[in-house]
Amino acid sequence: MNMTAWQDAFRRVPELLAAHVQLSFSALLLAMVICFPLAIWATRNTRVAGVILGFASLIQTIPALALLALFYPVLLGLSALLGGGISALGFLPALMALTLYALLPILRNAVTGLTGVSPAARQAADGLGMTASQKLRLVEAPLAAPTIMAGIRTAAVWTIGAATLSTTVGQASLGDLIFAGLQTQNWTLVLTGCLASAGLAIVVDIILGVIERAIRDRRKMVAWSGTAAIAAGLLFALLPSLQSSEDDVVVIGAKGFSEQFILARLIGSRLEAAGYQVRYRDALGSAVVFQAVAAGDIDVYVDYSGTIWTNQMKRDDRIVSEQMIEEISSWSEQQHGVTTLGALGFENTYAFAVRPEDAEGRSLRTLDDLALISSEFVFGTDLEFLERPEWATVRQAYPLAFREARSFNPTFMYPALSSGEVDVISAFSSDGRIAANGFVVLEDNKGAIPSYEAIVLLAPDRGTDQKLRSALKPLVGRITVENMREANYKVDRETDKQSPAQAASWLDDIIRKGDGQ
Amino acid sequence: MSIAPAITGPALSLQNVSRYYEDVKAVENVTLDIAAGAMIALVGLSGSGKSTLLKMINRLVEPTSGRILINGELVDAVDPHVLRRRIGYVFQNIGLFPHMSIARNIAIGLELAGEKTGHAERVSELLDLVELPQDMADRLPHQLSGGQQQRVGVARALATRPGLMLMDEPFGALDPVTRDSLAGEYKSLHERLGLTTIIVTHDMAEALYLADRIIVLEAGQIKADASPKQLLSGQVGPEAEALVAIPRAQAAHLSELGKS
Repeated sequence: MNMTAWQDAFRRVPELLAAHVQLSFSALLLAMVICFPLAIWATRNTRVAGVILGFASLIQTIPALALLALFYPVLLGLSALLGGGISALGFLPALMALTLYALLPILRNAVTGLTGVSPAARQAADGLGMTASQKLRLVEAPLAAPTIMAGIRTAAVWTIGAATLSTTVGQASLGDLIFAGLQTQNWTLVLTGCLASAGLAIVVDIILGVIERAIRDRRKMVAWSGTAAIAAGLLFALLPSLQSSEDDVVVIGAKGFSEQFILARLIGSRLEAAGYQVRYRDALGSAVVFQAVAAGDIDVYVDYSGTIWTNQMKRDDRIVSEQMIEEISSWSEQQHGVTTLGALGFENTYAFAVRPEDAEGRSLRTLDDLALISSEFVFGTDLEFLERPEWATVRQAYPLAFREARSFNPTFMYPALSSGEVDVISAFSSDGRIAANGFVVLEDNKGAIPSYEAIVLLAPDRGTDQKLRSALKPLVGRITVENMREANYKVDRETDKQSPAQAASWLDDIIRKGDGQ
Repeated sequence: MSIAPAITGPALSLQNVSRYYEDVKAVENVTLDIAAGAMIALVGLSGSGKSTLLKMINRLVEPTSGRILINGELVDAVDPHVLRRRIGYVFQNIGLFPHMSIARNIAIGLELAGEKTGHAERVSELLDLVELPQDMADRLPHQLSGGQQQRVGVARALATRPGLMLMDEPFGALDPVTRDSLAGEYKSLHERLGLTTIIVTHDMAEALYLADRIIVLEAGQIKADASPKQLLSGQVGPEAEALVAIPRAQAAHLSELGKS
């Protein structure tokens, strides 16, 4: 690994660390605000204690990733109910999921701490004529403080770890590095993200541990110093976000694979040249990304005509590509106010690819040929293909019945095919790794798979932004599938890897040369 | 509040006081008048209702029926916490606040009453009163012996100069020597400060030594109400006699041992 890769990775850390700290701290603070009154109530009523602790334990059994994903539809529904205005993506769902996740350790320790106060101290407090609130403030809370602090400490470490997952709902965090690195096999990026979040968790754990012991030993100075250290760290983490005055930041969305990262950077560099500030939301799930642009959570992103056609418009008829884009354009404008700026000029469709020796040896040329022997083959797909309507359509057209189907992160799908772990994959036609590995793409001889032209979509309030439109218009129709493949391969290949930004700048040069500049 | 050396404690009146826990009659129909400045001992076996009766006076336990008056004023005329701030309360488990210094433990009543100044002077005075050295003020409760802790307990109860002291087996957990000296010291404090004191004990010897009037309770009812002298003369009924028999037998045995 070279030094510039590390430098590139670390350059992104401060901003993401700030977002990570803001998110974790807010979730922790909110959890405390919720937990303390509940814990006090629970100590006065054992039935309440059972219900509350049971609920918090139940939440804890839901995987953090699922909890994050669940808040997206919940907030979307809530927003629809209240007539809009609630952002279902980004900070809010991440905050809510992490807050719920932080409840259990704080609640459990607060209840344990408060019920553990000696009966003699309680009786003395009553006998002296303390009111309920004086008893809480002067006796119960101080005596429970070390136990409560231990709970906050556990919650802090959990929250900082789980916050890396908030990348998937479009909230910036140190997880951005991990997810982007995983998609592009950039291990420097993955490691940087891991080191930064683990480092943050360890430092916070140590400081909170010092505070906890100081409270237990009644060393006020140490406890206050620890608190001051936390406050200073928080302020330091917030500095980058306090400084950047965000006048007109364009948020560029990207789904979780290299082509999307590259196109996002290409769009970003054109917008920066036009004087915009840009921010990237990488690795969004393809189900949430269209909702995100419709809601204005992101301003611009690249999607594929077939995806909108089948997933959003729920169409399964097949029409010619140009007409399909026209229909998508008017549908998205009317239904969601989303503007279709235009097609970039290349297609990225699902391509069933096999190893060359199988194509040769078993004379596989079309999907019909594949159907004949599918019971002997293991099918490798990306994480979502088996759930997508396209798969249902393909299965209707061809009697495919594989021996086994396995889902992979797209990065690992290609090596799985070369190593023989799987025998056929649902590859992407613009992926450079198909040609690089010599894989053979089988023909969709019945035309079951729709067209997947790459199209640029704009959020409702960006559709009328003439400056933005004219900055991006020159990209329309200018990217050939060959150039896209080569750009993708620069990022995806095993050796001499480039960053998505480098590949984007290479692509930009090609486009400008074509423009005769 | 005045700094006068003597305060006359209030008179008490308990009228038909009962406390039932479902079908258990912890205290049943007790009527009792207590003179100002008296030192009353409530004596009885475990479960006789003596502690429940005491706690109804400062409303740590609410009576099921009946009325309790202090100097002619009903105890439930004010909020419980207001009532309790006027009454000193000392109990067997002491209940010093482990996170507070001895000085703050003693002055907590002043803090609750909203008195902002004079805490240090009052703490110093009270440490003298319960015969603890001044340098105890900055220590934490766990650094003190059991006897010292209960002296702090007494000082804390006296801090706001209450006229009435309720003591629930205050010396029960202490070793016999400490217990005896503390009981003796408290008795002289009671007299010097002119307090009204009600002390709960299961130890008849302690009651005979401390009190000027002894109430014997059994199953929530008063079985005897007499002076120590009357009790020792053995004319107040079988329940009282059973309790007096123990210290009497012990004394006789000790004097036998001394002679031989």
